[in-house]
Amino acid sequence: MTFLLQLVVTGFALGMIYALVAIGFVIILKNSNAFNIAQGHFVMLGGYLGYTFLVIFGLPLWASILCTVLVGALGGVAIERFTLRPLIGQPAISIVMMTIALSSIIEGLATLIWGGEYKTYHGVLPTLTMKVGSISIPSEPSIGLFVSAIAVVILMLFYHYTRLGLAMRATAEDLQVVQSLGIRATVIYSLSWVIAFVVGVVGGILLGAISGVMTPLAEIGLKAFTVALLGGVNSVGGAIVAGIIMGILENVASGYLDPLLPRGGLAGVFPFLVMLIVLIFRPYGLFGLKRIERI
Amino acid sequence: MADDLYGRDLNLFKGKKDWVLFFILLGLLYVCPFFLSDRVLTVLTMVGISIVSVHGLNLLTGYCGQVSLGHVGFMAVGAYISAVLTARMGVPFFLALPLAGLGAGVAGLIFGLPSLRIKGFYLIMSTVAAHFIVIWLVIQLHSITGGSDGLAVPKPRIGGFVFNTKARYFYLVSTFAILATIVAHNIGRGRVGRAFIAIRDHDIAAEVMGINLWSYKLQAFFVGCVYAGVAGALLVHYFGFASVDQFPFMDSVWYLAMLIVGGMGSTFGAILGAVFLKLLDELVTIAGPFFAHMFPAVAAQFAASLSLIVRGLIIVVFLIFEPRGVLHRWEMVKAYFRLWPFSREETE
Repeated sequence: MTFLLQLVVTGFALGMIYALVAIGFVIILKNSNAFNIAQGHFVMLGGYLGYTFLVIFGLPLWASILCTVLVGALGGVAIERFTLRPLIGQPAISIVMMTIALSSIIEGLATLIWGGEYKTYHGVLPTLTMKVGSISIPSEPSIGLFVSAIAVVILMLFYHYTRLGLAMRATAEDLQVVQSLGIRATVIYSLSWVIAFVVGVVGGILLGAISGVMTPLAEIGLKAFTVALLGGVNSVGGAIVAGIIMGILENVASGYLDPLLPRGGLAGVFPFLVMLIVLIFRPYGLFGLKRIERI
Repeated sequence: MADDLYGRDLNLFKGKKDWVLFFILLGLLYVCPFFLSDRVLTVLTMVGISIVSVHGLNLLTGYCGQVSLGHVGFMAVGAYISAVLTARMGVPFFLALPLAGLGAGVAGLIFGLPSLRIKGFYLIMSTVAAHFIVIWLVIQLHSITGGSDGLAVPKPRIGGFVFNTKARYFYLVSTFAILATIVAHNIGRGRVGRAFIAIRDHDIAAEVMGINLWSYKLQAFFVGCVYAGVAGALLVHYFGFASVDQFPFMDSVWYLAMLIVGGMGSTFGAILGAVFLKLLDELVTIAGPFFAHMFPAVAAQFAASLSLIVRGLIIVVFLIFEPRGVLHRWEMVKAYFRLWPFSREETE
């Protein structure tokens, strides 16, 4: 029982980070109608940035997160301005290919700057152990839980109560109406990439603290897609719930089933198995809109 | 008579000129190993394998519009079927190769099943899932496939003739590349290919016109993955070694990029894309050490990162400046020379 609870709680913390990354993915999907393959690479970049600020520059956690957010925001603006704005009006597959190209470039830059090596910053973060009954949560996942929970709350407040947030939601709903109301769509697109980049890099810092950073960390982005699908690709709230569900399921499944398998590694594919089941039985996810197709 | 002309218009080779060109190309392909170094032959062999693979993706994505990011996963299925059959059971290569194609095709059918219910992003995700599940299964079945340790694969042979030199393997691969091209082109221009195009352009309209979506989408997955399986088998037999590291996820992305750069939905475009990007890769590999020499401080990582960055930049440039691919450029150049000397006013 303690084992199960332990798995559930660490899974919950992991799931919160998945949710954070998946939100970035959902925001791009809602606003630009494109599938952002590079989301995982934002995460990987975030991990390396975290290593740079925390270990090389020796900044405290809050300052590192602030610096990373700044870098992420600049990166988001640059990416939107130079690579995605020329593609406005092109079919979605072009935008998907562009994010693929971006992911390749980001991976190349990360290899160039950090050598593509395994970096870890275990023990640099402040220690914060929580005890819930008989189970204890290790320090890194609980920091991850707190930071991502704060980030999610800020995002939700922004989305529901600020002018810009409302404009973003309206753009996702109907671009032409929004433009006729005098809202500049390019500002909204730019902002959506900034948010996607920022939540990606913040998730990257937190994940990097748990598992270390290496270029394959980018595959976490693919897991975030499965989370977004489970929640329904156009629902931010769904992404949060699905992230937590996926984190717990993955952790529990690999905790119990990995010893039974000859080579383990179930955590790597489990989200995809869940996703296939979701795709077959409920393709619009838990909270997504049912789309009606018309000729 | 009119029917006859129309029929002739659809012919693969329009008139004697095309036949002559075809045989000149064939002749060049089969004579060139005598003049080229092993290094160049290796590059050409890899180009040939990519062409086979990209043709499959072109039928599935370019013609039928079902974007697949699991192509390398299906290549891995074919590769491991052929590798296990030849290495562990002693099945001859030329029996194992069709089986590899079939096996990959069946895997494609299984993961193509959701394609009737879902499309677009959802379908892309299910093919991504296919990739990771295939690779995971290969690692799990360690006792059969060798998993992450790899598996030694024998070189193909017919009777006493072993394809063990670069030149011999080049002959094998180029034969398959030509066969693959002809078959892909014929599928593309026939009834099936036109059904694929109709589905790509508007699936519901296609269904209203009497195209059985279920059957044709699955056919597209099957054919596309048969190609992938054959290409995967050719790849591992070339290296004489099969390992999961030969099938990274990013390569699927790269095959899709070949399609975009070459021009989707055209056999010639697929070939152009494969040739263009593979040669570019080779150029980067050659240029890497040169640049590394100029910046010795970052020499080690430079070569690895350069190819990633250049790959990405090439796609960016193509998407922004030439979204219709190299094929479109090529057609423009042809039109220019056809209309010469009157082409000048048109282009300016």
